[in-house]
Amino acid sequence: MLDTNLAHCESDQEFQDLINKHENVMLCCGRMGPMCLPVYDIMETVGPDYDAVKFSDMDFDGAAASNVRQLAEVQGFMGLPFTVYFKNGQVVEATSSIQDVDQVKSILDKHFK
Amino acid sequence: MDPSYDDFDRVVSEYDVIVLGGGPAGLTAGIYLGRAKFKTLIIDTGTAGGQMILSYHVANYPGVEETSGASIAKTMRKQAQSFGCEILTQSKVAAMQLEGERKSVEVVGKGVFTSKVVIIASGGVPRTLGLASEKRLQGRGVSYCATCDGDFFTDMEIVAIGGGNSALEEAVALTAYASKVTIIHEFDHFQAEPWIVEEAKKNPKVHFLMHQEIQDFIGEKKLEKVVCTHKTSGEVTEVLAAGCFVFIGYVPKTDAFSGMVKLDERGQIITDERLATSVPGVFAAGDCRVKRYRQITTAVADGSIAAMAAIEELNQS
Repeated sequence: MLDTNLAHCESDQEFQDLINKHENVMLCCGRMGPMCLPVYDIMETVGPDYDAVKFSDMDFDGAAASNVRQLAEVQGFMGLPFTVYFKNGQVVEATSSIQDVDQVKSILDKHFK
Repeated sequence: MDPSYDDFDRVVSEYDVIVLGGGPAGLTAGIYLGRAKFKTLIIDTGTAGGQMILSYHVANYPGVEETSGASIAKTMRKQAQSFGCEILTQSKVAAMQLEGERKSVEVVGKGVFTSKVVIIASGGVPRTLGLASEKRLQGRGVSYCATCDGDFFTDMEIVAIGGGNSALEEAVALTAYASKVTIIHEFDHFQAEPWIVEEAKKNPKVHFLMHQEIQDFIGEKKLEKVVCTHKTSGEVTEVLAAGCFVFIGYVPKTDAFSGMVKLDERGQIITDERLATSVPGVFAAGDCRVKRYRQITTAVADGSIAAMAAIEELNQS
């Protein structure tokens, strides 16, 4: 389990529930590494400003990660974390590697505001 | 930054000390100041911990046998907060006024904060090559963290750029995954210590391209090759590579303070023994200032010195 204050998505069922029961989802799939920690921190910090978005993390080496790894939108990604944005269960954006707060907010604003 | 910023109508909160940067230097300053009962605010543009979180394994932090930079950062943050220090992360500074008895810092979306003393602990950032293709292919082959992304390149040919200790150590570490690692360096000799140069030279998977200038990263959806030219002959070489790890050092994060405090020719803040800058009431600590050695331990030392100097100044005022 990742050591963050975010909701954790740890199984296939939790992944299905996450993207099907919430209209807007930001899911960060990574490890407790230098490129991933800043993205988790951004999610924790901006989360309260985006009531309509469900923020969750996922262990890249965990049981549920294949749900993210097999997405067409992340093929070609070679850097952690894989961050995927879902709207009504469909991927609307995906990024690879570290992102800064402006990059994350611009995607959240573009799709979820 | 607007150095003439002087809008005190929108003041939200007053502090004794504002610390700009939440790496090991800034967090240590926060611990010392908070414990001394001074109202302290740490503002960081990113994640608390700074470059410290880039270190997966830390084995030379006295008193701790082995840990990670992220773990030390988390504990330091908790420790500072336990002494009453407030911390704002992911916060963009819109304007700053460092002159005069009352300093002010405006943070986007958070308001204006004032203080008698400011400690600049803005740290450094990994140096990039500055190529558009480098940015476009980050996370698609271009990486700055071997430990994070090394396993994506199992049995592939990759490149490591740089000639210092980090570049050579990481290049050797990457041979655990990659089938071939080509080290490309801008000079005809390495800056790294001889033992790691020897280790790299002995490794059959490691190859060298010296005295090169990187021209471009080629690839649409992912990196395919790195293009460089020999700095003397101009000969162009294309290196097939699925990955490229860039380790070309760090630059001080001091652009925002240019024209406000004295910087040296490398953009590092000039300080005296008390870590005071050219501006009264403004101190600098950690990797943003002129210093020879940059370690978590030296940043921590800086943070404590700057905090104690700030306490002395506040007690005298």
